[in-house]
Amino acid sequence: MSDEPVISLRGVRAELGSRPVLRGIDLTVGRGEVVALLGANGSGKSTAVRTVIGQVPVTAGEVELFGTPRRRFRDWSRVGYVPQRTTAAGGVPATVTEVVSSGRLSRARFGVLRKADREAVRRALDLVGMADRAKDSVDALSGGQHQRVLIARALAPEPELLIMDEPMAGVDLASQEVLADTLREQVAAGTTVLLVLHELGPLEPLIDRAVVLRDGCVLHDGPPPKAVGQHALPGHDHVHPHAPAGAEPIRTGLLS
Amino acid sequence: MEILNYAFMQRALLAAVLVGITAPAVGIYLVQRRQALMGDGIGHVAMTGVGLGFLLTWSPVWMATLVSVLGAVLMELIRWYGKTRGDIALAMLFYGGMAGGVMFINLAPTGSNANLTSYLFGSLSTVSESDVTAICLLAAFVVLVTLGLRRQLFAVSQDEEFARVTGLPVRALNLLTAVTAAVTVTVAMRVVGLLLVSALMVVPVAAAQQLTRSFAATFAVAVAIGVTVTISGTVTSYYQDVPPGATIVLLTIGAFVLLTVLAVPLARRRARAATAAQPAADPAECKIPATRGATDEVGV
Repeated sequence: MSDEPVISLRGVRAELGSRPVLRGIDLTVGRGEVVALLGANGSGKSTAVRTVIGQVPVTAGEVELFGTPRRRFRDWSRVGYVPQRTTAAGGVPATVTEVVSSGRLSRARFGVLRKADREAVRRALDLVGMADRAKDSVDALSGGQHQRVLIARALAPEPELLIMDEPMAGVDLASQEVLADTLREQVAAGTTVLLVLHELGPLEPLIDRAVVLRDGCVLHDGPPPKAVGQHALPGHDHVHPHAPAGAEPIRTGLLS
Repeated sequence: MEILNYAFMQRALLAAVLVGITAPAVGIYLVQRRQALMGDGIGHVAMTGVGLGFLLTWSPVWMATLVSVLGAVLMELIRWYGKTRGDIALAMLFYGGMAGGVMFINLAPTGSNANLTSYLFGSLSTVSESDVTAICLLAAFVVLVTLGLRRQLFAVSQDEEFARVTGLPVRALNLLTAVTAAVTVTVAMRVVGLLLVSALMVVPVAAAQQLTRSFAATFAVAVAIGVTVTISGTVTSYYQDVPPGATIVLLTIGAFVLLTVLAVPLARRRARAATAAQPAADPAECKIPATRGATDEVGV
């Protein structure tokens, strides 16, 4: 059973509004692989990831997680998800621990967190170097620290698969290094990773395979493009990872 | 305390305490998901329930519960599916609910606009025995949901997309939040009134936020503020012969202003501590204003 892919997309099409965003893409991520999904803004890379987690409905094709069709997949504690940072801000203050604890809910029965769950939350905070800020409000954190908290939240259930949507966007250099180290440890421990990236950046040495999307189709699937080639990719616009938060795409609705 | 010698005041005070607990307990999730005005919308829809209660000579409280629960579910469905003109659909629901209430109560043989006024702005003397039973049962439901499912509701209200990946039944929890808010509206209806109930859901939470950094503390402080203002407002209303709903709401806003002023030195100290601990911090990040415009809340 360990031979079957962790993520499998076959001929997946998806629309936002009535605009086709994915036009039949195939994507397979094997156990222990680290795959980067690359492409320009609007190429469909975030949408592809969001079909995997069921946030965007698929109009054609098949999505499987751990060999189970996505619709019937219930084993969510095996998946850790880091959304684009803009999605996680509530109107009420919340501490770092409170936010990370919600990542552990997939393991907690009836939402009751036991001692083991609290320890897992603390370990996840240690992994991203945020244990000393556990009781601080997430509103008081910098962009990079906030991103580390969201990654800790994804790590809290001790997942086998990590899905990250632009984890380096708007993250300062110090946090980028912490994130790269955290990811390296996870990969060494055998975690499968699917990353949406705008550019390879400091994560490049970790990546086994790159899938490049363009206009909702797979353009390239193979070894990661070298630093030089990456800049030569069609439609590639160079945005530094420490660009201001305003450079991130603005989300206008539930499905955008 | 001669005030406790009157049976109607005992009932009013009991109802007031339950309102003080339940309204902020639900309100905190509405504020967290930026739907602070949802309670106001449900209040409008509940008017049709009150009117129907008079027309069919049913208990207005139970009828209002039924209609406002239906209205809340409808609003949640509009939020899911009505991506384009969702705000227009909600507006029609709100004003249709209000117009329906006025129409039904005037058609009812025993009803008049005077009856309606006590439901709109609250009244102490009209909380009957059967109202108290209904309020207790409904309040128990609200407390059970808002405390028992606090982790799940927190996760869904904080980040719906992430909550889905933790396997939580996001749609069911959203519906439950809407239904619980609707139930709270009818709990609060007799004392605070339908038009002012939303204030008691939102303002104690906003006031508590001036002092707190965690969700748990915000919850506790908001409920404490809620109970304090509903009791003191009810007592003031009795002695000064002023309407209870208006008194309670003005006291709540007073508490907000007081805490905002008190929080200034606290915020300065925290800001200094944060800069000391984190020199490279970006101060423009993540600060969410406590008060928001109407368009934020009803958006889809």
